[in-house]
Amino acid sequence: MIALIDYGAGNLTSVRKALTALGAEYATPASPDELARFSALIVPGVGHFAATSALVGPWRDTIGAAVRAGTPLLGICLGMQWLFEGSDEAPDVPGLGVLPGRVTRLRGNAEERLKIPHVGWNALDFRGTARILAGLEPHAHVYFTHSFAAPVTADCVAATSHAETFAAVVERGNVFGVQFHPEKSSEAGLRIMRNFLEVARGSSAEARSAEAEC
Amino acid sequence: MLTKRIIACMDVRDGQVVKGVQFQQLRHAGDPAELAARYNVEGIDEVVILDITATLESRQALADTISAVAHRIFLPLTVGGGIRSEDDAAAAVDAGADKVSLNTAALKDPALITTLARRYGSQAVIVAIDAKRRGDGFAVYVRSGTSDAARDAVEWAREAESRGAGEILLTSMDRDGTRSGFDCEMTAAVANAVNIPVIASGGAGGLEHFCDVFTRGHADAALAASIFHYADTSVSELKRYLRDKGIPMRL
Repeated sequence: MIALIDYGAGNLTSVRKALTALGAEYATPASPDELARFSALIVPGVGHFAATSALVGPWRDTIGAAVRAGTPLLGICLGMQWLFEGSDEAPDVPGLGVLPGRVTRLRGNAEERLKIPHVGWNALDFRGTARILAGLEPHAHVYFTHSFAAPVTADCVAATSHAETFAAVVERGNVFGVQFHPEKSSEAGLRIMRNFLEVARGSSAEARSAEAEC
Repeated sequence: MLTKRIIACMDVRDGQVVKGVQFQQLRHAGDPAELAARYNVEGIDEVVILDITATLESRQALADTISAVAHRIFLPLTVGGGIRSEDDAAAAVDAGADKVSLNTAALKDPALITTLARRYGSQAVIVAIDAKRRGDGFAVYVRSGTSDAARDAVEWAREAESRGAGEILLTSMDRDGTRSGFDCEMTAAVANAVNIPVIASGGAGGLEHFCDVFTRGHADAALAASIFHYADTSVSELKRYLRDKGIPMRL
């Protein structure tokens, strides 16, 4: 069972529809106390980084503990940015901090008509192999809509360029993040979500066999 | 590189697509979800559902249509036509729309743009502008083009951006339905005046019209309705043509 974290940042309808289409079982936990019964987490979200302040406190602590224990997590758009230490968009609000780095505003380039927000389909530039990108064609296009982005660090497995190069996909252990909207990126996006669900299934199977051994 | 977007618009009434579909060879040609699914296979980048009746009675039918389309395709989905209030927008979003397109209501009550941008984010709010040439400028019309709003399109686009709109959908009333090409001058005038993406609409007839509006018109996206319903211009054919012309496309 996947926990879809609803902290009031944007509409979750499209993520729900994509998960349903992929045959995933999911629910929206009402409080952090319920997280223990879920085998994986998805943190979606669109909008202002300040919206993640709703997660500061018990949610952040519980999600952080789950991630450190190896529970797979997928952050989408704002949810990916939240995985980092923080964002210039709301400097006082701490991120989850499981990935090093800070989210900054994209600069764009007026002369080259590279506008901000970065809206539309752009290509993924793969950086090595990653479980989350399995089966995707190199330079697959995905749908972005954002003004802030995370830096390219060692955790970046696919980058995208829009006047500057930023992290489009991150993967570190069982922590995954995508700056774009896989639920709006047609077949390529569904493939990425399916890859995450595979990781989540593998992880819960491992947990079950570990319990059986005890 | 960010690609230019090709957007298909479906004019919907009582749950059926009502424009140009009589020439369709699909069995369920008038069904929005079927048509959207075909567009998805052909590589469309976004879909717009335009409720052309927008009466109170058609609201539930519209919600059902949005939901049916959103279950079939995983692409950005915009809903427009008769979004007059926050409640109308919420109903569209709850049914599965990613963006709502405001037209008359935004001019009547520009604060609605800000209200919706705060609630759903600017990326979810498109301001649609219907305009026609007048002298050196571009006059804005409302109520489906029947009423002069006494505003200039460039100036109104700037205000819409400052109030929180995430994109501008600009329709040339002079060109709409003529198949004589987009109004590239008007599109460029607006696209050069704002920092948010501009979607050009009205006048699409041939492949070269799209090339023109992306180059001379500086459009970020181009929208068409009837030409995609006909078998002679497929979305995939259009995108391959544009790519060969050096315009970045998702293929």
